[in-house]
Amino acid sequence: MMWLSPSEGEALSLSLSVAARSVALSLPVAILLAWVLTRRRFLGHTLLDAFVHLPLVLPPVVVGYLLLVLFGTRGPIGSWLERALGIELIFTRNGAALATAVMSFPLMVRAMRISLENVDRGLEEAARTLGAGAIDRFATITLPLMLPGVLAGAITAFSAALGEFGAVITFVSNIPGETRTLPLALYSALQTPGGDAAAARLAFISFVLGLSGLLLSEWFARRVRRMLGR
Amino acid sequence: MLSVTVKKRRGSFSLDAHFELPTPGVVALFGRSGCGKSTLVNAIAGLLDADSGRVVLDDIVLLDTERRLYVPPEHRRIGYVFQDARLFPHMSVAGNLKYGERRAPSQRFVNLDTVAALLDLGSLMDRRTHQLSGGERQRVAIGRALLAQPRLLLLDEPLASLDAARRGEVLPYLETLRDQLAVPMVYVSHDFDEVLRLATYVVLMESGKTIAQGGLGEMSLNSGLRSIIGADAVGAIVDGTVLGMDAASGLMRVKLGHGELRVEAANFAAGSTLRVQLLARDLIVATQEPQRLSVRNILTGVITAVTSDDTDSDLVAIDIGGTTIMARVTKAATRALALEPGMPAWALVKAVSLRGHSFAAPPATSSARRGA
Repeated sequence: MMWLSPSEGEALSLSLSVAARSVALSLPVAILLAWVLTRRRFLGHTLLDAFVHLPLVLPPVVVGYLLLVLFGTRGPIGSWLERALGIELIFTRNGAALATAVMSFPLMVRAMRISLENVDRGLEEAARTLGAGAIDRFATITLPLMLPGVLAGAITAFSAALGEFGAVITFVSNIPGETRTLPLALYSALQTPGGDAAAARLAFISFVLGLSGLLLSEWFARRVRRMLGR
Repeated sequence: MLSVTVKKRRGSFSLDAHFELPTPGVVALFGRSGCGKSTLVNAIAGLLDADSGRVVLDDIVLLDTERRLYVPPEHRRIGYVFQDARLFPHMSVAGNLKYGERRAPSQRFVNLDTVAALLDLGSLMDRRTHQLSGGERQRVAIGRALLAQPRLLLLDEPLASLDAARRGEVLPYLETLRDQLAVPMVYVSHDFDEVLRLATYVVLMESGKTIAQGGLGEMSLNSGLRSIIGADAVGAIVDGTVLGMDAASGLMRVKLGHGELRVEAANFAAGSTLRVQLLARDLIVATQEPQRLSVRNILTGVITAVTSDDTDSDLVAIDIGGTTIMARVTKAATRALALEPGMPAWALVKAVSLRGHSFAAPPATSSARRGA
C-alpha cells in the first residue's frame, strides 16, 4: 500500500487487526447467546436479552468507563487476567478489540437470531430421528443453516468494529501503533493544526473500506444462499 | 411385535391410543385428517412427550412413563418419513442419504447401493435437494430413513403433498420395500386406496382414539370404517388365489373362499395371492340359485349377519367358505326375502366392479427378514 503514508498504513492495518480480533472474540459467544435467547425459555430471559442489547443504547463512553472499572489493572477481572494469564488489556490493541467487541455484540447477536428463527426445526427433528444427538445436530444442521446470519453478523460487527470510537478511546486511549485505529487517527488529525488534508485522506480510506465491506458481504451472502439451495 | 399405548392432552384435544402390530408387517393408522394420527406417530418416534404411555418394539422398551423410562429419539432407531420430506437443503442427495447411515450401528441390513437400487436413486445422487420433484424428494427421504438401519419405519402421510400422478409414481416403491426389506412400518394415511395397497394391518382412529384394529380383511367389514370412507366405498377386502387365465374370455380366474371369480386384471402367476375389493354396493343378493343371468360372477355362501347400515339399507355379511363378503340391500328387500343369519345365499358380482381394485397382496412371510 505504497500510496498511504506510514502512519495511515499503520492506522489502517491496526483497524483491521483490532476488528478481526474483536470478531474472533465475540463470534462464539454471540452464537451461543443467540441460540440460548432463541431456543430456551428460562427465568431471567428478558433480563439477559436486555443486557445483551445494552451497548446499543448506552453512550459508548459509558461502556468504555465500565470496561475500565472491570478490566483495568485494578479492576476485578483485569487484575485476575494479568496475574493468571498475563493478559494486559489496558492501552493495548487487545483491549481495543474487547471494547469494539462489546459495542458490536448486539448487532451480531441480532443478525444471528433472525437467521436462527428461520431455521426449520423440523429439520433438526429429522436429524434427531436419524440418530444425531444435541451437539451433533447443532454442528451439522443448525449451524450450517444459520450460516447466512452468522456471516451477516460477523461482517456487520467487523464494519462496526472498524468505526468504533468512544468506547475505544475511553478504555485504551489513543496510542499510535497500539490503539490508534482509523477513526482515532482521523480525530487526532482534526486536532492537529493543518491536519485537514490528512483527515480527508483518512475519511476517504474509511469510505473505501466501508464500501468494499458491503460489496464483499453481498457476494458472500449470495454464495451462501446458493450453497443452501435457495 | 410393536405395542403402543399413549395418552396425551393438548388443549381441547386428547389422544388416547392403543394398538399392537405383529412385526414384520405394515400397520396403517387410518382416520380423517386431524384425528391424531400424526400426534400418535410423533409419540412413537419420541418427538412428542406423552403424558403417559408405553411403547415396546420387539421386547425393547422405548417408553414407559410408569417406570420413568424414556429413550430419546436419537437412540430409538425408528426411521421417520415426514409428510414434507424434510431433506437437508445444505446437502446433496448423497449427503442426505449418508447422514443417517453414518450414525447407524455397525450391524446393517441395507447399504447405500441396495437402497439406491430399490428406490431408483442412482441418477439423483449429486443433485441438490431443491432440484428434486416432489416424488423424488419423498424417495430420498425414505432412503435416508432406511439407511439409518431402523428397527421400525414411520411414514406420516408421505404421499399427501403429492398430486395423483406423483403418488402413483411413489406407491410401487413402498410396495417393494414392504415385500423385500421386511422392516415393520407404521403408515399414516387418510387415503383408503393407499391403505388398500400397502397395509397388512389396520388401526382405525377417530377424534384422538383408536376405535378398532385388525387385519385388513377383518377391518374392511368393521362398521367404524363407514363414517371415515363413506358408504359407497364400504366393501369386503379379500385375498384370493390366482388359478390362471381363462383363454376363452381373457379374464383371470381367482379362487375366493370355495367359489371362483373372473376378473379383468394384469396376468398374475397362478398360485399368487391377489387382493380384491368387493364393494358392498356392487353385490346383489339372491336366496335361490339364480339362472339365466348376464352376470357371470356368482359366489355362494351362508348369511352370517344382517346389520343396519342406513335408514333404508342393510349390510348382509355372507360367509363364502372361510371368507366373508358384504352386500348392501334395501331394508325393503331384507323384509321381502326375510334375510337372516343361517340362510343360504348367492352373491352376484359384476365383473366390471372389480376393476381397479385388484392388487398384488403382500406375501404372508417375507423372504429377507433382517437379523432380530
